[in-house]
Amino acid sequence: MNFWPGSATKRGWSERRPSVEALSHLLVLAEHAHGRLKPVTLAAAGFAAQVCARAGGTFDFLVLGEGVGAVAEALRTYGAARVLVADHPALREPLADKHAHLLAQAVGACGVTMVVAAASTYSKDVLPRAAALLDAGMLSEVVAVQADGGGFTFQRLMFAGNVLGTATLEGPVRFLTVRPAAFAAPASAPGLAVVEMLAVEAVTLPNYLTFQAREEKVSARPDATEARVVVAGGRALKTSQEFEQLVGGLADALGAAVGASRAVVDAGLVPNSLQIGQTGKAVAPELYVALGISGAIQHLAGMKDSRVIVAINRDPEAPIFEVADYGLIADIHQAVPELVDKLRRR
Amino acid sequence: MKILVAAKRVPDPDTRIRVRSDGAGIATEGVRFALNPFDAIALEAAIRLKEQGGASEIVVVGIDAETGVETLRAGLAMGADRAVLVREVAPLDPFAVAKLLAAVCRREQPQLILMGKQAIDDDCNQTGQMLAARLGIGQATFVSRLDLGPDQSTARCGRETDSGTETVTVTLPAVVTVDLRLNEPRYVTALGILRAKKKPIQEVTPAELGVDPTPRTRLLHLAPAPRRKAGVRVQSVDELLARLRDEARVV
Repeated sequence: MNFWPGSATKRGWSERRPSVEALSHLLVLAEHAHGRLKPVTLAAAGFAAQVCARAGGTFDFLVLGEGVGAVAEALRTYGAARVLVADHPALREPLADKHAHLLAQAVGACGVTMVVAAASTYSKDVLPRAAALLDAGMLSEVVAVQADGGGFTFQRLMFAGNVLGTATLEGPVRFLTVRPAAFAAPASAPGLAVVEMLAVEAVTLPNYLTFQAREEKVSARPDATEARVVVAGGRALKTSQEFEQLVGGLADALGAAVGASRAVVDAGLVPNSLQIGQTGKAVAPELYVALGISGAIQHLAGMKDSRVIVAINRDPEAPIFEVADYGLIADIHQAVPELVDKLRRR
Repeated sequence: MKILVAAKRVPDPDTRIRVRSDGAGIATEGVRFALNPFDAIALEAAIRLKEQGGASEIVVVGIDAETGVETLRAGLAMGADRAVLVREVAPLDPFAVAKLLAAVCRREQPQLILMGKQAIDDDCNQTGQMLAARLGIGQATFVSRLDLGPDQSTARCGRETDSGTETVTVTLPAVVTVDLRLNEPRYVTALGILRAKKKPIQEVTPAELGVDPTPRTRLLHLAPAPRRKAGVRVQSVDELLARLRDEARVV
């Protein structure tokens, strides 16, 4: 069953199998950056808690990295049985070869039946690799789960968010990523999860990848996937300065994150990491403000789960108005400065 | 160096997708199919490497029913040298596709395997990673910059992550899945189409590859995703602010 020879080894790993086969044992892969837990992890935990409530079972967290003590500590109050931690300099960078290897090893050693993570570039890199190491299948961007008669069915979005597919997933263990917006963080639980350190033997880790560099735009603004409000700009913006002045200006007035449509990223006005849509980030804030965005289906795929959508666009026919709760037909160059001014004067 | 490019046939990205009334699939009447846009970027990257002298042969691989031949011809017209079609009509998932591609890779022994980061039909983003694991080789995903090392034993890859760009070197052979910004795929020329007619397309079956293509996931039912209803048109910035404050309570 194990494709990867190393995945059967259990050196240094605690072994605990669920007493009843039918019970679920979920493992939630935590995501963190700069020593801080990423809140999307809690959406994945919310999914795990939902499965446990419906089908019975427990869930653990797995934290991989270097110097992740604070991250592990932060995860103890969410109802998990254990927080498994592999803390080692070799895991400092989120390289898929090593992280997937350790994830697969943890799954094999702990009798895990389901692995879940919030959909992100990290989990999309690591989970499919770990799944294949264990000869398992996977479903991406799950938005709902039903437990029926010992089995599970899952719902996920396909075709740029236009189609909702209902699917089953069989095999030795199920791997899933979930859309963070679809699952709320689990309620704080009374007990504290036990933290268990996993032994890491660096020489046994695969070594196909070498980290070279990272370029992150240092920004005082929140990340679009974590923000309560997102202000995004589209084709109507012609220069980086204009983008910063209008989109950035309104974002700062609202304490919001900034995002962009593909057209703006393609034109080189903003970095790729700001792109929202089918191939960029999926966000679902309380408030999404679309400035000069026409609303191609690929863009809508990344933001239509937002609670309130505002669109400001000069073109009354723009498809963005079909999903907007509040549409203002106006030139953003006039409307946005007025909006910023009135927000500031409150 | 031999490069293998995986190519999936998907509905054209500009097609309006409708679900069949029985929920068993999408309506295909009148739908144009094309090479997955991300796979086209992967193929363009392979062709550029060959033009720069970094690659000797490009093999494009599809897994499909007979209709897959069209997509492979398009790939050959773009500039691939030959094609392999794994004939399979049953529904597959990335788990099964990775198994089939791994079997093809073991036959072909490419130094570099390129494919899109995701297919725009099922939006899974799994196949490349699963393939790399099955072959026991490295992977670089979300790649928007790709340079071969001086002795072609490594590739330097710029990766688009949620927080910015990350640069890694991956030991070859490896699987590289490509992102939007790697390049702009070329248009197929009339001469390219003419040349493609003479290029070989080899057909194999999963049984010939010794692979059981039973998927792990099964799609039971499709439905149109719930649509948002259009809200109200506000007449002024003042009205917008008032409604956001008093009605939606978000500012």
